[in-house]
Amino acid sequence: MSNVTVRIPTPLRSMTGGADEVTVSGATVKDALDALGAKHEGVLSKVLDAKGGVRSFVNVYLGSRNIKALGGLGAELKDGDVLAIVPAVAGGK
Amino acid sequence: MAAKEKRLAQLRASVPEVSPTEARRLQSEGAALIDVREPDEVAAGSPLGAHRIVRGFLELRVENSVPDLDHPVLVMCAGGVRSLFAAENLSQLGYTKVSSVVGGFNAWKNDKLPVEIPPRLTPDQRERYGRHLLMPEVGEKGQLKLINAKVLFVGAGGLGSPAAYYLAAAGIGTIGIIDDDVVDRSNLQRQILHTDDRVGMSKVKSAEITLKGLNPAVNVVAHETRLDSSNVEEIFNGYDIVVDGSDNFPTRYLVNDACVKLKIPNVHGSIFRFEGQVSVFWPNNPGNPSPCYRCLYPEPPPPEMAPSCAEAGVLGILPGVVGLLEAVETVKIILSLGDTLAGRLLHYDALRARFTELQLDRDPDCAYCSGKGEFPGYIDYAQFCSMAGA
Ligand SMILES: [Zn+2]
Repeated sequence: MSNVTVRIPTPLRSMTGGADEVTVSGATVKDALDALGAKHEGVLSKVLDAKGGVRSFVNVYLGSRNIKALGGLGAELKDGDVLAIVPAVAGGK
Repeated sequence: MAAKEKRLAQLRASVPEVSPTEARRLQSEGAALIDVREPDEVAAGSPLGAHRIVRGFLELRVENSVPDLDHPVLVMCAGGVRSLFAAENLSQLGYTKVSSVVGGFNAWKNDKLPVEIPPRLTPDQRERYGRHLLMPEVGEKGQLKLINAKVLFVGAGGLGSPAAYYLAAAGIGTIGIIDDDVVDRSNLQRQILHTDDRVGMSKVKSAEITLKGLNPAVNVVAHETRLDSSNVEEIFNGYDIVVDGSDNFPTRYLVNDACVKLKIPNVHGSIFRFEGQVSVFWPNNPGNPSPCYRCLYPEPPPPEMAPSCAEAGVLGILPGVVGLLEAVETVKIILSLGDTLAGRLLHYDALRARFTELQLDRDPDCAYCSGKGEFPGYIDYAQFCSMAGA
């Protein structure tokens, strides 16, 4: 188990009590997201689809790399890693 | 006169000379041809592709054009005499392969070698863009590139306002703006192209007044319409760069898809409350093919997954930061300077005052930019909560 920080994008902060970062522990990205979901109800369904994959309009980064390039949700974590949930944002006006 | 003749004889003995035809051949192989004549002589014509550095500033400026002292250099004047002196000056400066062109530009012309009338800035432009001209990375050549550039702004709103404002100041010659909205008082918290007395006026018209007021030479092209699948190509065609400052997913996907198809770099910015994202989507980036928006997010979120209208809102200053990052990327693309954000997403968290860089990867199976299969066509996604982040 590794302790990691998950960065919460603004649109999902209503589900984390306003927190922009949540600390969780887990051995893999999947574990960490599950732990986030256990802590804060409703977040997980915004990130993962019904089949458990990352939604097509959301990306999850481990450090500066998309987890897609690191083996997906099974990518392994180490202490101090930073996960960032980055959804598509349209605003510009 | 005797002293001059004696000196010239010495120079002819020491400086290698080449004929204009030979100079042209060496130039085509990469040698730097430097025309050292006075500006009024050069204005009437100069060898195609020559560097033009007036002799009085030769030693001070030559390294901006030819940084490598071992690079072959050909010096030209009008008749082949001044160039002998100039060639010797360059040798003394440390250039190791300097030749003088016999007969100079007169002989070059007589031999029917290619000539161009060098584009020049006007005295007004020299004054206005003086601080650009002082930087070798821009200079007259770069400023002329900015003046000849055509940039389209999608949206004259929060992002488009600061980006277009500064790019007009920088001298971008043609600024297209597409927007079908009118100025609302609630826009003025951040959309700095517009003014209180223009509430109710079309945004495109209001933007034109502001931009022309700042820089009357800018050609503002007004596209007072809503972007959709039927007009996107017609509008985008002919622009060098598209700056996306739109406020909704359907438009962002249209912008992406048209930019991919027309091979136009797409300078992307988006904002939400205290957060901003900036990138350059550019699959045709020369030397560094980069992802498109769909490589990142293949499809827009369904309406129920997008942030609700009630959550929309933005710190009025945030689009200033993000829009100006888009403007900087635009200038870098035009001038081929530095490393653009192609292949990277810059994320700005204003509350933490933190910039984070994320690496973007191309999707080898991207339906739009991978080149596999037919172009899938444009999609008019359903509009939902166009207020999101607006
Ligand atoms: Zn793509």
